[in-house]
Amino acid sequence: MSSNIYAATDLNLRKQKNEKILRILFLMMTLMLIAPVLIILITLIAKGGPILSSEFLFEFPRNGMTEGGIFPALLGTIWLVAVSLLVSVPLGVAAALYLSEYSSDNWFTRLINLCIINLAGVPSIVHALHGFGAFVIFAGMGTSILAASLTLAIMTMPVVIVATKESLQSVPHSFRVACWNMGATRWQTIRQVVLPNATSGILTGIILEVSRTVGETAPIMFTGAAFFLPFLPESIMDQTMALSLHLFVVATQVPGVPDALPYGVALVLIGLVLLLNAVSIAFRMYLRGTKKW
Amino acid sequence: MSNTEHGSDDAKYVIRTEEMNLWYGTFQALFDINSNIKEGIITSLIGPSGCGKTTLLRSFNRINERLGYVRINGSIQIFDKNIYDGDVELSQLRKQVGMVFQRPNPLPLSIRQNVLFGWHIHNEKSERLSRSEQNDIVEKSLREVVLWDKVKDRLNDKATFLSLEEQQKLCIARLLPVKPKVLLMDEPCSALDPKGTEAVEELIWRLRGEYSILIVTHNMAQARRASDECIFMLMGKMIEHGGTEKVFSDPQQKETADYIEGRYG
Repeated sequence: MSSNIYAATDLNLRKQKNEKILRILFLMMTLMLIAPVLIILITLIAKGGPILSSEFLFEFPRNGMTEGGIFPALLGTIWLVAVSLLVSVPLGVAAALYLSEYSSDNWFTRLINLCIINLAGVPSIVHALHGFGAFVIFAGMGTSILAASLTLAIMTMPVVIVATKESLQSVPHSFRVACWNMGATRWQTIRQVVLPNATSGILTGIILEVSRTVGETAPIMFTGAAFFLPFLPESIMDQTMALSLHLFVVATQVPGVPDALPYGVALVLIGLVLLLNAVSIAFRMYLRGTKKW
Repeated sequence: MSNTEHGSDDAKYVIRTEEMNLWYGTFQALFDINSNIKEGIITSLIGPSGCGKTTLLRSFNRINERLGYVRINGSIQIFDKNIYDGDVELSQLRKQVGMVFQRPNPLPLSIRQNVLFGWHIHNEKSERLSRSEQNDIVEKSLREVVLWDKVKDRLNDKATFLSLEEQQKLCIARLLPVKPKVLLMDEPCSALDPKGTEAVEELIWRLRGEYSILIVTHNMAQARRASDECIFMLMGKMIEHGGTEKVFSDPQQKETADYIEGRYG
């Protein structure tokens, strides 16, 4: 009878044991990472869930913000995000089109890209102070939705640019070559072939950016968001309340707030973000489903 | 220039290059190219990899310039006009001189939109054709490339779902609505199977006469059976240019003979 030449040696056995240990170790690290997410969600739903109602969403705060709803803050956040999008999307997409479709790879383009990366790395409190100096004081906008939205727009522009650029570059180069060879200009190529195939990706990037904007507090605190307002803003030159700042206020600045209230505000805030992320993921799946090449 | 048995001596030339040199950065890819390419026939460009045949082809519609670091001197006359003159509009040049690529590259649009694409980019919006005029263009172009009967019932399907052979035919068809004079083909059959190759070769042969065709190929058998004249290139230089039969049966240069006999390449 021949001996088994494929039998495991001691070395093999030791390696197998190490494999098992490492696998468990890495799994535990992963679980540790998702634990905070779960804890946050469960706590918020448990403590803030009961307070949620249509009155909570659509009424003004009352009694020094210890009762009532969050309507002005919810509406204010929507205002801020919408106005900042109106600025950041056209500018960001135009910049991405230039960088991806028009520019050649030279020191100037590399400098611009470096600036964008750095802009993405600027802390939000610095953006806040910049917005305060540039828009509120220097441009004379005062603390207003406009000033706060512009601050948010500058802060989120790098995300729009990077997402748009990636999306444009995922359109195969051979399509552009085919167009150029038929005598199409760059704009005709972009308009008819590149953009239609990049739109879903760009939208995904924009939605991700929105979900970030919704939660920002520091940049709007100095530039346009108010502690408390008894009325709704009438134009973009007015101040507004905002969900993120409202959460900070009811959680730390106002005495006598019932426990459930800050949890409820936080739940609405995180719900908004998750909703937007879900839309973004749905878009991406739709995009994959309609790949045209 | 060696004389050929094809065409008369006063045949019209469609492309003439004079002392043309081309550099990629500091690397010289083409040396002193002098060529006279006749109108209405198929001229094949053969030679080993890296000999400059594709580079030469690409300078005929100036698509090389997209690379930015390409430098050219000498002249390339197409229909007696130097295409590197300052008053040449690239868009108009590429309308006259169309290109077909190695890998079929239909646009991610419908078959119908692919055929009409060139027409649309070269005409004002206000000159939009009626639906029936558009249909005529689509049908005529697809018939010219023997594709009409196969796709007439699915013109609105995505072109990228066609077979490679059909895609390549479509890529030729979409050049035709703007009435080009010259068709440049960069190894148009190398991504196709033998049957597809045969079909596309037959098609190229049908287009001969109405269009002047330049075809780059690695496949010597293809050059031999599917071209009237043949240019052999080596290391960026044009070694020999003559009637295809003559180049293959009685090459004048030793390098040509060696290549054709398969000693290198």
